[in-house]
Amino acid sequence: MATATGTTVERDTLRRERIFGAIQRRGALAVLIAIVVVAGLTLGLFLTPRNIEDILLHASFIGLISVGMTFVIITGGIDLSVGSLVALGGVLAGFSAVAAWPLGLLVPTLACGVYGFVNGLLIAKAKLPAFIVTLAGLLGIRGLALVLSGTVTIPILGPPAFVWFGRGEIFGLDVPIVIMFLAFAIGAVVLNRTRYGEAVFAVGGSEEAARLAGVQVDRVKIVAYTTSGALAGFAGALVAAWLSAGQPTVGQAWELYAIASVVLGGTLLTGGAGTMLGSLVGVLLFYTIQNVINQVGTLTSYTQQLVTGIFLIVVVAAQTYLTRQRTY
Amino acid sequence: MSEQDYILEVRGVTKRFPGVLALDDVSFGLGTGEVHALVGENGAGKSTLIKVVTGVHRPDEGEIFFAGERVSFASPREAQEAGISTIYQDTNMVPLRSVAQNIFLGREPRNRFGLTDTARMKREAEELLGRYGIEADVTVPVRSLGVGVQQMVAVAKAVSLDARGVIMDEPTSSLEAREVETLFGVIRQLREEGVGVLYVSHRLEELYEICERVTVMRDGKVVHTGDLEELPRLQLIAAMLGREAPEVEERISSSTAREHVTGELILEARGLTAHHAPRDVSLEVHAGEVVGLSGLLGSGRTETVKAVFGARHLESGTVSVEGEEVDPGSPSEAIKSGLAFVPEDRKAEGIIAELSVRENIVAAALPRLSHGGFVSRKEQDRLVERFMDRLGIKASSPDQPVGELSGGNQQKVMLARWLCMGPKVLILDEPTQGIDVGAKAEVQRLISELADDGLGVVMIDSEPEEIVEGSDRVVVLRDGGVVGTLSGGELTEENLVHMIAGSGDSEPKEDGGDASG
Amino acid sequence: MPVARTATAGADSTSLAILVRLRNNGVYVALALLVLFNLFFTTNFATAGTILGLLSQATFVLLVALGLTLVIGTGGIDLSVGAIMAIASAVIPLYLGYTWPVAVLVALIFCVLAGMLNGFLVAYVGMQPIVATLALFVGGRGFAQVLVNGQLQTISDPGFLALWRATVFGVPMPVVIAAVVAVLVGLLVGRTTFGRYVLAVGGNRTASYLSGHPVRIVLVAVYAISGLLAGLAGTLATARLAAGDPATIGLLIELDAIAAVVIGGTPLSGGRMNVGGTVAGAILMLVISATFVMNNINPIYAQMLKAAIIVLAVYIQQGRRES
Repeated sequence: MATATGTTVERDTLRRERIFGAIQRRGALAVLIAIVVVAGLTLGLFLTPRNIEDILLHASFIGLISVGMTFVIITGGIDLSVGSLVALGGVLAGFSAVAAWPLGLLVPTLACGVYGFVNGLLIAKAKLPAFIVTLAGLLGIRGLALVLSGTVTIPILGPPAFVWFGRGEIFGLDVPIVIMFLAFAIGAVVLNRTRYGEAVFAVGGSEEAARLAGVQVDRVKIVAYTTSGALAGFAGALVAAWLSAGQPTVGQAWELYAIASVVLGGTLLTGGAGTMLGSLVGVLLFYTIQNVINQVGTLTSYTQQLVTGIFLIVVVAAQTYLTRQRTY
Repeated sequence: MSEQDYILEVRGVTKRFPGVLALDDVSFGLGTGEVHALVGENGAGKSTLIKVVTGVHRPDEGEIFFAGERVSFASPREAQEAGISTIYQDTNMVPLRSVAQNIFLGREPRNRFGLTDTARMKREAEELLGRYGIEADVTVPVRSLGVGVQQMVAVAKAVSLDARGVIMDEPTSSLEAREVETLFGVIRQLREEGVGVLYVSHRLEELYEICERVTVMRDGKVVHTGDLEELPRLQLIAAMLGREAPEVEERISSSTAREHVTGELILEARGLTAHHAPRDVSLEVHAGEVVGLSGLLGSGRTETVKAVFGARHLESGTVSVEGEEVDPGSPSEAIKSGLAFVPEDRKAEGIIAELSVRENIVAAALPRLSHGGFVSRKEQDRLVERFMDRLGIKASSPDQPVGELSGGNQQKVMLARWLCMGPKVLILDEPTQGIDVGAKAEVQRLISELADDGLGVVMIDSEPEEIVEGSDRVVVLRDGGVVGTLSGGELTEENLVHMIAGSGDSEPKEDGGDASG
Repeated sequence: MPVARTATAGADSTSLAILVRLRNNGVYVALALLVLFNLFFTTNFATAGTILGLLSQATFVLLVALGLTLVIGTGGIDLSVGAIMAIASAVIPLYLGYTWPVAVLVALIFCVLAGMLNGFLVAYVGMQPIVATLALFVGGRGFAQVLVNGQLQTISDPGFLALWRATVFGVPMPVVIAAVVAVLVGLLVGRTTFGRYVLAVGGNRTASYLSGHPVRIVLVAVYAISGLLAGLAGTLATARLAAGDPATIGLLIELDAIAAVVIGGTPLSGGRMNVGGTVAGAILMLVISATFVMNNINPIYAQMLKAAIIVLAVYIQQGRRES
């Protein structure tokens, strides 16, 4: 009978895989908890409901984008255009919300979703590298947003129903926060419990194996990029609702923050592995750090950036080092 | 066999690629409940035929019949759904996903909410593996399982798709003897169930054990098809090579058994120990000697030679070339001391596909060809020309990207890369893997010549016949440690196989062995 | 049938050859066409002043893109180049007191160190280049700001400003500097052992390692060079602005630079480098912007056009690699 683990080499590999996999997945959570505990004890204002909501609110927009980014990255791709899509979404919301509040949400989501679809086509069918295609998107869509808005901020004096999506509350929580959690929950279910989710992991893990198993690789990728685009557009609409204005300059570098969050959360940039929970933790971690730095007060916003950068290096370096496969 | 008994029939199939006639009027039939061998050298057309049958390619001419009906599959998925399952040499599973997830990829069972039923997936996967006697944890990522188990899981998966025809492409290449028996058990069961199995392999002993009929291909044509019983081994090989039987026999018996003319101790490795493998391995090689390293998959042969070459972190042990110790842990130090290493996986570790033949050949010699940081084009070109000539490397020009060359020529480029360094010791990991018979003979002859010229050679080869023929002495490894050495009159295929399997006189030594000649 | 096939094969092979030529040299063709267009249709374009001015402006992207070419050649990427430019811009005013050459030297040392940090993270820690340089992208500009407390520092040192304003036989100094660097990088890539190592590391890292190449050192080196050239670009930008301004110097330059490299024919996957293409690509990027500006069309459209061109360039190259 063939046994599961033949030689000692294989048995030890198995054990090591389990341990390191766990570290990768739980690492960010452990750090987050550690920071929350330490900050809660040392900073008086940290654990107040107001502050927590503040963190969550700022995190919610990037969080929304991170859901789509998680799917894309697991398929082995990347989407650098989401930051600009947020801006475009906001501008489109600025135009359409005044007509009718549902349009303020629908138009940006649909339009950016269509753009995501185009990304997907170029990447899956034309086989162009995702980095370049979405980089071009980052440039081009930002330009489009600026051009459409005439480079000015579009005030949304319109329907309060629309503004509610940015400023309203559900059970005491800001609407964007609720939407973010909802998005992560749905994303988690799709990723872990549907055929599509299995297909996403397969495509990212081994495209050839996926294809041979009959998975529609192209379709999986296209759906991922469409989702990413649509969520970015939707996030843009929410930002516009929150600001009561469609600003063509929002979202600068947001794609990079989303990538950082997803990576912090344990998703492999090379694809094939990752969790929604991890990305959620990653986003929360990212913004908690920002918040803590802010709270400490003596540091300027520049130092914040510096510390965030250092933090990113330390956490990801630790993850990488621990889970590194010995190649030679 | 009458037509109705064929589960799969190919009639007059021809397939052309730009500049190549891959399949030329190929016809054969696979019967229900039959195990049919498909043999041929590399480039004979076996893979193309399989690809045409399974829908990866469309035939230019000819027809394919499955279960009596004319078919034309547009994709492997379609073929699979119709009932033809294929198991490839690379198991084609998703490494980070679990066994269960891989088995059910694309057809995950769902519960009433439309969500994947993970519990049922796990249960059914366990049942499936149990049915074929495969023990494995279905929840772990497949990459953490042994290669052999991965292959078995692939077989189980293919079989679970209710296939009526199963194509197996080199299924035993990664299996241990026990696992091969398990596989044969599965195949016999399939046969009983009326499933037709097309078995592609170059391991002739296996074919004679499990297959009833055989089809031999050469240069895209079918040169023989019939019962295997009626075809003696010699004639089978002759058909594959396109030679007459007596010629083949002569070639086999005349392949030089090595003559012992050895000189000074040129390589000495003592007590090599690294993470998992090797474990306290010692090795001695003399000038002019070919030392073979043998053992099963996972026995640590590649790890050992990589450790000698400095490509693997050594926990303890020393390596000395001509009495001088080599700085451990760095291939560049090893190279300076006169070591050279041709890895097993050409594509992943050997050739730099996009770079030219020229650039690949000089890759290791760069420090010697540079003056003040600049590469001397003239010296480089001279070197390249000399070695392309000496080794007979066939390329449209030295600037051709090496990825475009045939396997045999790529291997020659690898050899050229090291030979132009004038090494003292040449380490070869499966030097004849994946190259056709003609090139194989050339490489083997070259190795012998190099040893005669005074080089020390360490050679890993999984084919017992080849390693016995080509080596002066063979060291056998198991689980990272040395279990014994064979040389002189003892060095026979039979003894080797016994030692590898751990049966017979040889006993595994507890604290590692000393493998000096 | 065979006869007909040979006949069409003949015609096909000629048009195929032309197409291949076009693909390999697309960026030069595009640049030439655009320049021609401007010569005819854009007023004031055909003056030496305009052209030299354009070339001067192209030097920032060009220098950064040259460094990026090396990094991309190893299969990596460097998102931190803009931040490194900012670091140079912040450091220079602080050391001008010791004469401007010292200031520039110190600034470049800072930048090389930043690049080496990137390289260390990639080569020794094993981080993906995107993430490693992303961290510096986020933190680097912050670091630069911290150095100067967020203040803009005006510079009046004439020796330093001459880096931008001086001319050599009528050619602006930045253009001369960039040209020299371009030639040096070209030599580095084409003629030196180091250049071969870069190609090998990018082509097949394991094979390179097993051939005795100093893989890790090569990786650290390319990121260090990228940092150095970004620092040089930052120096020139600072001279042009006559002020150290880490808030705006180098903002978004990584996008133009990556675009220049890609359009120039260097694949992101590594293993091949096209220095001449990078030069043409950088100039092309600028000429596109200039075409719009000088013809009084909203320059934002230029940005969108660049995006489209990037996709087109990669699409064309894709075909070439598969043929």
